[in-house]
Amino acid sequence: MTKILSYLRDLRHGRTVVIGVPYLWFALLIAVPVLIVLKISLSEMETTSISSMISWADGWPTLKLNFSSYLFISGDTLYVQTYLSSIEYALITTIICLAIGYPFAYFMARSPKHLQPMLLMLIMLPFWTSFLLRIYAWKTLLVSNGAINNVLLALGIIHEPLAMMNNSFSLLVGMVYSYLPFMILPLYANLSKLDLRYLEAAADLGTSPFKAFWLITVPLSKAGIIAGSMLVFIPAVGEYVIPELLGGPNTLMIGRVLWDEFFSNNDWPMASSVAVVMILLILLPMALFNKYQSEQAEGKA
Amino acid sequence: MNKIFSKSWMIAVYVFLYMPIITLVVFSFNDSQLVTVWSHASIRWYHVLVHDRELISAVALSLRIAFLSALLSVFFGTFTAFALNRYKRFRGRTLLSSMASTPLVMPDVIVGLSLLLMLVSMQQWWGFPERGLLTILLGHALLGTAYATVVVTSRLREMDGKLDEAAMDLGCQPFQVFKLVTLPLLAPALVSAFLLTFTLSFDDVVLSSFLSGPGYSTLPMVVFSRARLGLNPTINAVATVTITVVSIAVIVSSFYQSRAERKRKLEVAQAYSDSNQ
Repeated sequence: MTKILSYLRDLRHGRTVVIGVPYLWFALLIAVPVLIVLKISLSEMETTSISSMISWADGWPTLKLNFSSYLFISGDTLYVQTYLSSIEYALITTIICLAIGYPFAYFMARSPKHLQPMLLMLIMLPFWTSFLLRIYAWKTLLVSNGAINNVLLALGIIHEPLAMMNNSFSLLVGMVYSYLPFMILPLYANLSKLDLRYLEAAADLGTSPFKAFWLITVPLSKAGIIAGSMLVFIPAVGEYVIPELLGGPNTLMIGRVLWDEFFSNNDWPMASSVAVVMILLILLPMALFNKYQSEQAEGKA
Repeated sequence: MNKIFSKSWMIAVYVFLYMPIITLVVFSFNDSQLVTVWSHASIRWYHVLVHDRELISAVALSLRIAFLSALLSVFFGTFTAFALNRYKRFRGRTLLSSMASTPLVMPDVIVGLSLLLMLVSMQQWWGFPERGLLTILLGHALLGTAYATVVVTSRLREMDGKLDEAAMDLGCQPFQVFKLVTLPLLAPALVSAFLLTFTLSFDDVVLSSFLSGPGYSTLPMVVFSRARLGLNPTINAVATVTITVVSIAVIVSSFYQSRAERKRKLEVAQAYSDSNQ
């Protein structure tokens, strides 16, 4: 009894609570659910419990695993194609975000110091207002009788409405639009800390500004580039809402397939297998992102 | 030349970011049933909005969940930030920090699916919890905790431990140090974490769709189901109201925070000059 009491007293003072509380919280809501998804993906029915997966043969327990949904995914060209096209869309989105966001973050970091907080807030503000509503807004802009087509027609630039909706164009516009702030913020955080004396030194030594940019600024902002790209690429692979609202029948995205397997077909093992394969695909980028995060924490980057 | 290029690049990005929002707001005052064709100005859709029972009850549910989720997120996010920043070495630290950053990047559909399957398993064993407010709340709080951790962590890194040490040297118990020194210094970060996680919860559609049960439709779920069917002027009106409220909240809070920050810096400078005299 006294032991328990003294243990509880220690708890009150200590690091056990500070570490234990978040540990339990995340273990319960991240680690356990992922393990359950893994388990269900290997079973035939969603009701299968661990005990029924273990059978007794010759007095030894053997684990009965069911790889049928994985075999189905790898054998079905539509699934393979969907995974590939999700990665392709996510990759294109990341590249466009980087191409737009890097110069932007660079110019923002070079703009007058007193303006920077306001410029930053203007980037954050759309991020605070509903993501869903902003995607819906693009729908009203891009449809054939939408605002963009109407303006272009009225100006006489085009004579027929452009087909900008329910295809890869609208999908990419929506993805770039939603994820651009996630690229700009880490890049800006990184570029605004850049020591300008390096560039001055390079200029003094006769390096052209363009060369100095490639040899000094870009390598020094590597951490920001990686963080931004991962923050865009990883969620973009599994994006569901944007392809559902702005994509078309030909824009295959794996997030949509998972949703349909779950909600329309009620096939939980299949949905879980789709999820597990998706996790495997983003594992490497995630590890990269985590490594960068912890390096930031140690102050190395 | 260079200046002109950089300025026009920045302006172009801002136009890209704000054009859809501005069109949404403008067309919410359009009388026509067609979202894309301007007829004349009216507040017709706002009338429709206030009489829309489904939307109103969805807003009420979303506000309740967002408030509770923000509280939970700030609570657990502060714990996580402290564990990761104040204790540099403990077994499983890497695991904790990876778990804490997972919801930031993991696609929503995976988080939603895995949480739901866990909750269903729990229900099979204990008959608890029913799908509804509580399950949506857990999902949002998980997502919010990850974001709150980032916000609180960045503040903790700016604060040096010297004040805590000073308080302890003067005989404070660890909890007193936390209450009297750390917490007041941390307060602005806790407020921004609360606001951020509130809006995240208020905005989420994917997690809610996985985790909700019959009769529990959040505002984004209602908006999403309508937007899927086609364009609908009431959504423009909802958008305008949301955008107005959020913009005011963000601007007011950032104004207050920068003022509090200036005041704090002034006090610190004052204290230093006093002590040097």
